[in-house]
Amino acid sequence: MQVARRSTRPGFVLNVDRSTPPTLFWHGEQYRLERLPTGSRVVYPPEALPALEDPDGAIRHALLNPLGDSQPLPSLLHGGMKLTICFDDISLPLPPMQRPDIRQRVIEAVLDMAAEAGVDDVVLIAALALHRRMTEQELRHALGDRVYDAFAPHGLLTQLDAEDPETMLHLGTTDAGEDVEISKRAATSDLIVYVNINLVAMDGGHKSVATGLASYRSLRHHHNVRTMQQSRSFMDQHKSELHSSNWRMGRHIAACGIKVFQIETTLNTNTFPEQFAFLQRREWEWTARDRATYLGVSKSLDRTPPRLARSIFQSIRSPHQMQSVQAGEVEAVHEVTTQNVYRQQLVEVQGQTDILTMGLPYICPYNVNSIMNPILVACLGLGYFFNLYRGKPLVREGGVLIMRHPTPWAFHPVHHPSYIDFFEQVLAETTDPLEIESKFEEGFATDPWYIHLYRTSYAYHGVHPFYMWYWCAHALQHLGGVILVGGDAKAVRRMGFKPASTMRDALEMAEDVVGRDPSITHMHTPPLLIADVK
Amino acid sequence: MRALLFERSLPRFAAARVASSVAPGRGSRFGPLRLAQLDEPALPGPGWQRVRPRLAGICGSDLATVDGRSSRYFEPIVSFPFVPGHEVVGELDDGSRVVLEPVLACAARGIDPPCDSCAAGTNGNCERIAFGHLEPGLQTGYCADTGGGWSEAFVAHQSQLHTVPADMADEDAVMVEPMACAVHAVQSTEIGEGATVVVLGAGTLGLCTIAALRRLALPGVVIAGAKHPDQRRLATDLGADVVVEPDQVQRAVRRRTASLAVGRQLTGGADIVVDCVGNQASLAEALSIVRPRGTIVLVGMPGPVLVDLAPLWQREVRLVGSYTYRHQTFPTAFEVVHAAALGRLVSALYPLDRYREAIDHAAHAGRRGAVKIAFDLRKEARPEVRRMG
Repeated sequence: MQVARRSTRPGFVLNVDRSTPPTLFWHGEQYRLERLPTGSRVVYPPEALPALEDPDGAIRHALLNPLGDSQPLPSLLHGGMKLTICFDDISLPLPPMQRPDIRQRVIEAVLDMAAEAGVDDVVLIAALALHRRMTEQELRHALGDRVYDAFAPHGLLTQLDAEDPETMLHLGTTDAGEDVEISKRAATSDLIVYVNINLVAMDGGHKSVATGLASYRSLRHHHNVRTMQQSRSFMDQHKSELHSSNWRMGRHIAACGIKVFQIETTLNTNTFPEQFAFLQRREWEWTARDRATYLGVSKSLDRTPPRLARSIFQSIRSPHQMQSVQAGEVEAVHEVTTQNVYRQQLVEVQGQTDILTMGLPYICPYNVNSIMNPILVACLGLGYFFNLYRGKPLVREGGVLIMRHPTPWAFHPVHHPSYIDFFEQVLAETTDPLEIESKFEEGFATDPWYIHLYRTSYAYHGVHPFYMWYWCAHALQHLGGVILVGGDAKAVRRMGFKPASTMRDALEMAEDVVGRDPSITHMHTPPLLIADVK
Repeated sequence: MRALLFERSLPRFAAARVASSVAPGRGSRFGPLRLAQLDEPALPGPGWQRVRPRLAGICGSDLATVDGRSSRYFEPIVSFPFVPGHEVVGELDDGSRVVLEPVLACAARGIDPPCDSCAAGTNGNCERIAFGHLEPGLQTGYCADTGGGWSEAFVAHQSQLHTVPADMADEDAVMVEPMACAVHAVQSTEIGEGATVVVLGAGTLGLCTIAALRRLALPGVVIAGAKHPDQRRLATDLGADVVVEPDQVQRAVRRRTASLAVGRQLTGGADIVVDCVGNQASLAEALSIVRPRGTIVLVGMPGPVLVDLAPLWQREVRLVGSYTYRHQTFPTAFEVVHAAALGRLVSALYPLDRYREAIDHAAHAGRRGAVKIAFDLRKEARPEVRRMG
């Protein structure tokens, strides 16, 4: 295990007073400065932890010094064996990182060791689950040209096709009756090496194989409303039903004799390149240059057509740096990984709030090189950011969540075809996750057109928008109201939320729900943080 | 008597066409329609009666006429000048209320023996609509001899009249004629049990078709394309299972029929598509969403359109027109109107002298949250009538 250590400033909760400068809110591909009422709190993420000085050395060290009940990787490799290397897909990290990507570094190290051991049956699998396939450019970015050119032309670089019965294998059921069906190639290998990027505490562990390599038949046991509503939160594995199910599946996979060598990495929160440095600074510490950059960028973006603005932002490559790498037995590895994520992202916050505000950025795991459609806006706010807590939600039960995002009624027709139908046809009828699940899920999941597009085009699976809505289920159950500031009113209403033109209007509307003189807390993210709510 | 008169005037036709291209309904300001003082039309012969309209609806075909957008196909089968109005509930001299069946078929034209179509009861397809003792005119409201509903009086043959039940409101009764069109479309189409039926358009005809489908056939799923929020609400209320905006219809049909798509064309699609719009876009849409060997029923009045018929040929699609009704359609139409309480579709009533406002309202009915706009002639000056009983 290699961890970078040097002191940086921890997360911070600011109490807004009269001298506090306006607070930066993300607003999709734009920014806004909002003056929050005196007495509001602003939760800032910790500063980026220092990067590993020698990432390649750290990776090699981790492979040679595994955690838990695992031998060093070279001891697990031998001539004549069947080796499958699986890796996280385009949804991680966010934004996509500058080259070389962590996956490239790790996979090159694993391949070097495999070559030294004389392993010649090696296949790489992008662990898509039900995500869209990656393009050649995206694969080259993640794996590097050397790996891509060595494997792709020979058909040895594959992407999971969870709808191909020929390439999936049912491994039976867990004690809880959950079907476990994963990639046949992986399941019949002598060793699976899983290369993970742990951007948030929810990622990794048994979720890597049990979700990343699984089919709808398997995923439906934990990607459902009940599981989401019973997770408190996804960032706390021990209180997450989503993780409990994945852990049962992971242990079942191990019990089937399938060996997994897990390699997990964590990133620091050095999220945006130098020209956007102001995004990572606290507003009262902005330099004259930061202020000038903010003004220049935000004024330009306000005049930029949405499509061009999207294209500019999607081209951002993050200077993320590896902050830790650990390898070996899945659970032992993930325990350390989670602590490293917490070390980077956890911010202690005293008590809950009546109103939680957040600005939503232009990107989430499912719109890389794509459009942030309204369902993804909801999922990012209610599914991801709301759940960035440990202990209890940052906002009290019955409280109000105010999000900022333009929320255009716009969808990527290639990436999100079933999202369009979900938005037009399902949400027009009901926004209740349970009703949606019982009435519509199966039809979308088995729709031959969506399956065709998932398998042959670059489309998310037909059931994927349902999962996005289910991610919101815990928040929807918990909150007394959701307000979207600056969004397309029709799109916002379609999701059952309330539109507001300004933050001031939204705060007044929220008071109708939570009462007068409410406590207000703003989550200043990204960069990412996890609120450790006491 | 006062009446809205539509005269033959080529410059005014042209003006109406230009004006309506700016905004639908504008043809009433610049076109050949005017409020006039006329003599009441004479009774053409035995079996004819004078009808004093109580309510007279404004139909899509009326709007097309007023705006100069009607097909020239109709020129030889109308006679000028005429008083429009064929959706009428009126009152006879004896005080009884009647709904007009406007088709001027053999019986009304004094043609005996009747043509084959009339003999078969399909008087909507009468082969003599330009012959007999009346001037040409496919319906009352397009014939110089009979007058029409947008007036204080017109004449109708007894074969054209259906008595209104005493307990039926005028607003319900004025919906009977458009409902008869919808009933005829449903009854003349083979709709298998469980069929997927799409209704394009949710104006009066579309909504009536949905109501008729739900009461006279056993479709599995009825999908409606409706442009405006109130139309969507009413479509759902009248029995559509899936109601979407027009640009979402194809995706809704694809999903409901588990079809694939090739370009803009679904590989499968709906069993029946009822086109209640009747323009180029709706016909193209219908062709893209109907299944191979499926049926498109054209209910909305079309004009000249440019449509690629390759899919119709390659997929062996049936395209059939549905015009008016049989005489026997009306009793069923009365029942459906009553059962579905369709009087609620009458959104606004206007006196004759506000005809420009009325036509403008009708031309923008959907956008303004309205469905059926009608003239209210109950308060117009009328002679003393002899009440029955």
